[in-house]
Amino acid sequence: MNNFKVLVNGIIKENPTFVLLLGMCPTLGTTSSAINGMSMGLATMCVLILSNFIIALIKKLIPDMVRIPAYIVVIASLVTVLQMVIKAYAPEIDKSLGLFIPLIVVNCIILGRAESFAAKNGAIASIFDGIGIGLGFTIALTCLGAVRELLGTGAIFGITLWGENYGMLMFVLAPGAFLALGYLIVLFNKITKKA
Amino acid sequence: MDYVLNLVLIIIVAIFVNNVVLAQFLGICPFLGVSKKVDTASGMGMAVTAVLVVATIVTYLIQTYVLNVFGLEYLQTIAFILVIAALVQMIEIILKKTMPALYQALGVFLPLITTNCCILGVAILVIQKDYDLLQGIIFALATGIGFLLAMVLFAGLREQLDLVDVPKPFRGVPIALITASLLAMAFMGFSGVDGGLKILFGLQ
Amino acid sequence: MKKLKSSLTNMLAVLTIIAIVAAGVLASVNAVTAPQIEKINADNLAAGIKSVMGSDEIQVADPWEADAFTVYAVSDKDGNSLGNAVVTTENGFGGPLKVLVGFNQEGDILGYTVLEHAETPGLGAKAADWFQKDGKGNIIGMNPGKDNFTVSKDGGKVDAITASTITSRAFLRAIQNAYDKVIAGQDATSGATKQADKSEGEGKTPCAEPTASDLETPEVIE
Repeated sequence: MNNFKVLVNGIIKENPTFVLLLGMCPTLGTTSSAINGMSMGLATMCVLILSNFIIALIKKLIPDMVRIPAYIVVIASLVTVLQMVIKAYAPEIDKSLGLFIPLIVVNCIILGRAESFAAKNGAIASIFDGIGIGLGFTIALTCLGAVRELLGTGAIFGITLWGENYGMLMFVLAPGAFLALGYLIVLFNKITKKA
Repeated sequence: MDYVLNLVLIIIVAIFVNNVVLAQFLGICPFLGVSKKVDTASGMGMAVTAVLVVATIVTYLIQTYVLNVFGLEYLQTIAFILVIAALVQMIEIILKKTMPALYQALGVFLPLITTNCCILGVAILVIQKDYDLLQGIIFALATGIGFLLAMVLFAGLREQLDLVDVPKPFRGVPIALITASLLAMAFMGFSGVDGGLKILFGLQ
Repeated sequence: MKKLKSSLTNMLAVLTIIAIVAAGVLASVNAVTAPQIEKINADNLAAGIKSVMGSDEIQVADPWEADAFTVYAVSDKDGNSLGNAVVTTENGFGGPLKVLVGFNQEGDILGYTVLEHAETPGLGAKAADWFQKDGKGNIIGMNPGKDNFTVSKDGGKVDAITASTITSRAFLRAIQNAYDKVIAGQDATSGATKQADKSEGEGKTPCAEPTASDLETPEVIE
């Protein structure tokens, strides 16, 4: 499989949100607006690319029995670094994502890709897999965030389209998250399975 | 007295008002993954509750007596996740020996408790909210019960859904998500209850 | 290269090395970012105080604590006292609501800014703008000691955020408490030396009692 295929594969065929259904907690928890969803997606993508790369590099040095704890340490360190960098240079993002930044550690996508891709493939291919899956996740989160923001507040990326008074607030709140994601997956199924 | 009432409030808020799954979006993976049958769902719920309580105690002690003392707060995430991973491993071994039936039923999902964000989430929240140890334990227990409640309710709904002819693109996860949305909406009915209780208890 | 065997020594060695490397990386990143994080927090606070006091040219004295409140005595660049900026916290709808509020010497509200909140986006979260001068529930210039500083539903002068009465009440209570405990206490001691009467500053004025309507008014969304 060439690198480009790996990339596209991550965005469409193995889209982490719409197809693999991984990492649902941040997907639902941080998508109250498009910009929040996008920042969460990008943060996860950073960790994913780096963890895929590092794990692909050191996989030969790790005995099988301890590979999961070893991966977790690598991922947790990366997340902590990211958390500190965000706190120091982008405090606004830290405010809006809050608890979900440390929780990137337990995002099944990252450990899942480490196990199923980085542990079996080379470092370069793993980077591309990280970019592909990361982009797929970011796109999904941005879409979900945009839909919820638009239906909930009548704005998109903070730009008002038809104003708050015509928004259905429910979409910004918890039930709307489940509902919007459910319908987005239906739409994704309809499009990809027909084509 | 106020302290006890506060504990009661913590319990009610964690189970109903701020339900982990339906309001805070923690622990969604098992919520969607292991909720096809009521009995596996309740088993998972109980396993998570047990891990939650034990993990909260251990992480609290580590935070107060190791990380805070040596100024290593920045190692919080990494220390907590390792403790949780080790704990889950231990519980898995114990369960395998003592309750093979439950072990069979939970199967692959036990190791997944490690990556259940509600465990790490609650451990971090207890520290962020400045709870003392008892409050932390009560909060973890109540959160676990809230998780169990949501799991069992949801599994019950999904068992019924099996009997229905669902349009093709909706089958599987999408209809489950839409069901979850309705359940979350029902739980929104509890919002604001905590404020009323606070006044009722005279805590404000 | 062959994969390492899962012997005990190998496993221990590998995990130890990974842990040490990880700890080393984290410690060095922390050393770089920690001062930056502190600086950002300090900058935010400084900017917050400037905005709530409505003036850029100010001197801020070292803060002092009165119960749960942090008080910054503020003076202009010549040393004339402008009033106090108070950090006050109250339980809102979704969690603690932390507000920085500026009072002039008479106790009139000069400005406020929401430091931390966990209110519902689109509802209670609007508190950041709602009560500002150009907002619908303008409180700037009011005096919690003289005006009826509650929402209009409770008979007061302030318009609550639509569908977010609980947040609005918590917000007003936060400011009322700050006024009662910090500002009113100072007036009583004829406020000549703002800094000296720290202990008296912790006045005992009770906070607003919850009215019966708190219990009766049903909330639709919040």
